[in-house]
Amino acid sequence: MSRIGVFLCHCGENIAGTVDPGKVVEAANRIPGVVHSIDYKYMCSDPGQSLIREAIKEKGLTGVIVAACSPRMHEPTFRRVCAESGLNAFLCEMANVREHCSWVHEKSELTTAKAIDLVRIMVEKAKRNRPLFPIKVPVTKTALVLGGGIAGIQASLDIANAGHKVILVERDPSIGGHMAQLSETFPTLDCSQCILTPRMVEVAQHPNITLHTYSELESVDGFIGNFKVKIRKKARGIDEKLCTGCGVCAQKCPLKKIPSEFNAAMGMRTAIYTPFPQAVPNKPVIDKKRCTYYLKGKCKACEKACPAEAIRFDQPDEIIEVETGAIVCTTGFEVLSTEFFPEYGYGKYKDVINGLQFERLASASGPTLGAIRRPSDGKEPETVVFIACAGSRDPAKGIEYCSKICCMYTAKHAMLYKHKVHQGTPYVFYMDIRAGGKMYEEFVRRAIEEDGVKYIRGRVSRIYEQDGKLIVKGADTLLGAQPVEIEADLVVLATAMVANSGAEELAKKIHVSYDSYHFLAEAHPKLRPVETNTAGIFLAGACQAPRDIPETVAQASGAASKVAALFSADELSREPVIAVVHRTAPPIFSICEGCFMCEQACPFQAIEREEIKTRDGKLIKVVAKVNPGVCQGCGTCVALCRAKALDLQGFSNEQVYAEVMAV
Amino acid sequence: MLSQARPGSKGRPLADRLREFTGESAAKCYQCGKCSAGCPLAAEMDFPPSQILRMLQLGFPTLEAKAIASLSIWLCLTCETCLARCPQEVDLPKIMEFLREESLREKKFHPQAKEIIAFHRAFLDSVQAAGRLYEIGLIADYKARSRHLFQDVLVAPKLFWRGKLKLFPHLIKDRSNISRIFSKTLGKKEPSG
Amino acid sequence: MKLGYFPGCSLQGSAGEFDESLQAIAPALGLELIEIPDWSCCGASAAHNLNRLLALALPARTLALAERAGFREVLVPCSACYSRLILTRHELEQDEGLRRQVSEIIGMEYQGTVRVLNILEVMGQIFQDGLKGKITKPFEHPVACYYGCLLVRPPKVVQFDRPEDPRTMDELMKKIGAEPIDWAFKVECCGAGFSISRTDLVAKLSSKILADAQRRGAEAIIVACPMCHANLDMRQEKAEKWAGKKYSMPVLYLTQAIGLALGLPEKKLALHQHLVPVSFPVKAKPAAKAKAETASQPAGQSEE
Ligand SMILES: Cc1cc2nc3c(=O)[nH]c(=O)nc-3n(C[C@H](O)[C@H](O)[C@H](O)COP(=O)(O)OP(=O)(O)OC[C@H]3O[C@@H](n4cnc5c(N)ncnc54)[C@H](O)[C@@H]3O)c2cc1C
Ligand code: SF4
Ligand code: SF4
Ligand code: SF4
Ligand code: SF4
Ligand code: SF4
Repeated sequence: MSRIGVFLCHCGENIAGTVDPGKVVEAANRIPGVVHSIDYKYMCSDPGQSLIREAIKEKGLTGVIVAACSPRMHEPTFRRVCAESGLNAFLCEMANVREHCSWVHEKSELTTAKAIDLVRIMVEKAKRNRPLFPIKVPVTKTALVLGGGIAGIQASLDIANAGHKVILVERDPSIGGHMAQLSETFPTLDCSQCILTPRMVEVAQHPNITLHTYSELESVDGFIGNFKVKIRKKARGIDEKLCTGCGVCAQKCPLKKIPSEFNAAMGMRTAIYTPFPQAVPNKPVIDKKRCTYYLKGKCKACEKACPAEAIRFDQPDEIIEVETGAIVCTTGFEVLSTEFFPEYGYGKYKDVINGLQFERLASASGPTLGAIRRPSDGKEPETVVFIACAGSRDPAKGIEYCSKICCMYTAKHAMLYKHKVHQGTPYVFYMDIRAGGKMYEEFVRRAIEEDGVKYIRGRVSRIYEQDGKLIVKGADTLLGAQPVEIEADLVVLATAMVANSGAEELAKKIHVSYDSYHFLAEAHPKLRPVETNTAGIFLAGACQAPRDIPETVAQASGAASKVAALFSADELSREPVIAVVHRTAPPIFSICEGCFMCEQACPFQAIEREEIKTRDGKLIKVVAKVNPGVCQGCGTCVALCRAKALDLQGFSNEQVYAEVMAV
Repeated sequence: MLSQARPGSKGRPLADRLREFTGESAAKCYQCGKCSAGCPLAAEMDFPPSQILRMLQLGFPTLEAKAIASLSIWLCLTCETCLARCPQEVDLPKIMEFLREESLREKKFHPQAKEIIAFHRAFLDSVQAAGRLYEIGLIADYKARSRHLFQDVLVAPKLFWRGKLKLFPHLIKDRSNISRIFSKTLGKKEPSG
Repeated sequence: MKLGYFPGCSLQGSAGEFDESLQAIAPALGLELIEIPDWSCCGASAAHNLNRLLALALPARTLALAERAGFREVLVPCSACYSRLILTRHELEQDEGLRRQVSEIIGMEYQGTVRVLNILEVMGQIFQDGLKGKITKPFEHPVACYYGCLLVRPPKVVQFDRPEDPRTMDELMKKIGAEPIDWAFKVECCGAGFSISRTDLVAKLSSKILADAQRRGAEAIIVACPMCHANLDMRQEKAEKWAGKKYSMPVLYLTQAIGLALGLPEKKLALHQHLVPVSFPVKAKPAAKAKAETASQPAGQSEE
């Protein structure tokens, strides 16, 4: 027989202002099974908690209802109180008479009546509660970091320095990401590679970090603390152990005119190539789509030239299986190419480039060694037009958001141009200057006041080429929207930062959600910015939204600290609100019919198959079984199960039914 | 000085009426100026297109009156360049159309718009009479209305001799249907310059 | 291909050569055009400038007549008419109340079952199926394909080709042996309906178009719209005066260029009706190259 105690909180005036506490307590006392009922000004306060503790001991309660605020607020508090008093924590329930009642209704009889109903409902539920115990799962203290941009590098180093193992997987031949491509960085104009490459080297040398470049995620199974990950290590076409990184192979490769990805097509590379001199690892890869040997079966110039005999044309892709306890996704972003813009020539004008291409022109390690020369004829441009918000803030083009970094890098570009071409004139067409950040506004002002960058407020309608000049048609909205036409030698579009083209697919692979722009979604935009809806999977950097380097790094360290916290214990415990497949006595064993509809429906792949055998090993039947570590308690399978073999612990069908009937 | 005061009974902001009649919202425009940048006639207009829109955004009566009495609305060629490139997909040509109707309704059009209006009216008169356009009639009518009697004296005969201008109008059969359409849209009154 | 036909007023008047040349090439292309009975003027920019309902009602009348006559697709060669018709179709499709109101005004039920096709769409489709053997006199000239405003805009309504730098006409011209030049004014406005009332503006706008075509070596401008033709041909003299230089740029309807390539006599294509004489500089070599290119490219297959 149940012995339930009801504890009504006034929450100051919050509840008692509209609900009559006396009546609720009185009514609660009359509910069959309730043996104790009391109200108090603040149940969550120390004296309030003591009331519960004492009653459990004195009245021998088998269940506790705290009628107060939302369980999101204080359920942990009251469950702890019960546990301390020897009552299983899951026998404690909350009736939400604040958010669901006193806050949303006027003071009236009916409001009090509703509060009584809410209490009655929870009493019926509590009568059917069974003690439950948190699920303990072991933690594999290795983190998988996906993507080796600055976000991935920072997260890997922080986790590794906390003493845990890290497996860093990078899709490209080298780590570094976009930051490696940048010339100098706002707002301090420090050389990007100078600050990045030491960290790249540190990653390579760190004893706790295993680096897999030119590799991609194949699949992820499992759950927090216990992920099983398959990684495809694409064949580089060389034996990494033998290769010394001397670069002779690339010198000998006859294909010299392949647009270099690292140089954003501003420079060329060979078919066997190391993307840039400071690449980590400094080992080449063979581009199989371009290499003559792969295409036509002849050449092998690199093989002949390699002093270490490291070339391996027949190398297969390798699948590596690892176990990790957490995953940090830092896969970054892409920028739109100039082809995206009909009105700016669909990419057909060579001297209309995007911001990343300008970075490569301005970079001392770039194809022009830092000299600003336009791609068409190598001339030094006398007039450069920079166009901000190219593609961003443009609902007609499907991108409503502000890319956040381009105002800053456009100011930087105009400045760098001016520093390199003193007699040149930079114009910036802009809509707003968004420079919220430490020393950012000052940076933009410097560009305008000291470097003489001409800012024109207006969007550019069209660009076309005429007699070797680019005619840029804009308007000056600060001068009555007068049309402005500028004859430019070079146009730089600050094209929108967009999600990786494969982001959606990746999100599905690692079971995290994404927004309508395909950026990966955090669990809460304010309070859980580096977590995802899947426990144990974290995010950092520009894979989540447009971000600059300071923000990216801060977030990466944030994600790393979450991982370190997770790895601080050997086991982790989870709420036992999960599905279970009921077992019954022989000869039935389980009423599960083995249709496995649940297996397909479960969004978390938590349904497993269990063979029921006789004592001598003969198979009786195969039934569903829930993996308690993976199940998130969403209940999808329960709703689907025709045999009613599934139930959700703590929210069983019977309990929910009883709750409904109590109204 | 601009003020929001709306004296007398002229109660409702023009932008509200715009929304009602065309479904377009002036608030959608974020004044980027791309329309003005691409408009083939922006340089000839008294206010470039984005400025016309701006005049509707605040609900200030003096600005609204300025938009209605502008030359811009009559110079707009409905070339759709602005709409094709507007990041906010503001249907400016449609808004121009609305403002022209307002301008006619309030009889407050820009003096330099006379010729353009005269041409449109001559055109419609011709269509109203025959159901199809009668070009010689149109030109004669337009010249009489606009008093540009000698404009094009050189081109018209050339056209005629090359067989480009036809001497007689094509009359459609169901001209009563055309009359019905004109009276139901423009009202009973003959459109006249 | 059998289509409903809406010539529009211009093609029966000052743009007669567009109609004549289209009719002339139709048999060779296997194109049968049946005029919509008792069609009326689309109202063009005039109705559109003065009264919104009238601007919808006039095109709706013709479309309703086409529906009655059982047409599913109607060819509208004049791009001004095309624009009015397709915009009307679009607006009435979006707004059921408006559709009913307009039906009441025109005294006929307008349903919206007729597709409106422009001349490039139709020619493109015909040329897709190949014209092998029919091109007897390849039109071997560098040409500037001028699309004007209305064939490609507004993109969401017309949904035809690329809104900037369209290519359909260029592909067509390649197939008849011409060399379409890469130029910047394909879709720039020529002044449209101002050919009579604001010739000053037309002169200015046309002049920019003519100048770019000339600068890039075009020997003719190819158009698909009577208004474009009027502004570039009829007003060319005025444009020349405004710019202070000679263009002498023949302006041909694409149907005329196709007709020439099909070997039809100039008379049937009404080339004599233009104010700027259709004559080309006599040249030595480059045509051969153009021919070789067209020959090597199978008809009905467009390249990038
Ligand atoms: C033109 C330009 C100029 C800029 N200038 C500045 C500046 O001056 N100052 C500043 O603070 N910021 C600047 N930024 C912003 C800066 O580049 C970003 O903030 C930063 O690069 C974000 O780092 P990230 O690691 O999140 O992403 P990324 O740099 O994009 O790195 C992501 C990495 O993940 C890898 N990857 C992607 N998908 C996968 C996958 N499926 N599996 C494995 N690996 C994957 C990629 O190959 C890449 O190496 C600029 C950006 C641009 C475009
Ligand atoms: S950061 Fe600046 S340039 Fe970039 S989208 Fe935002 S406002 Fe435009
Ligand atoms: S849905 Fe139910 S019956 Fe079917 S396999 Fe799953 S548990 Fe068994
Ligand atoms: S409750 Fe949800 S997560 Fe758990 S097994 Fe069922 S469907 Fe999967
Ligand atoms: S282009 Fe569009 S958003 Fe920009 S000013 Fe013009 S109407 Fe407004
Ligand atoms: S439609 Fe009118 S306002 Fe818009 S670009 Fe054309 S002429 Fe200018």
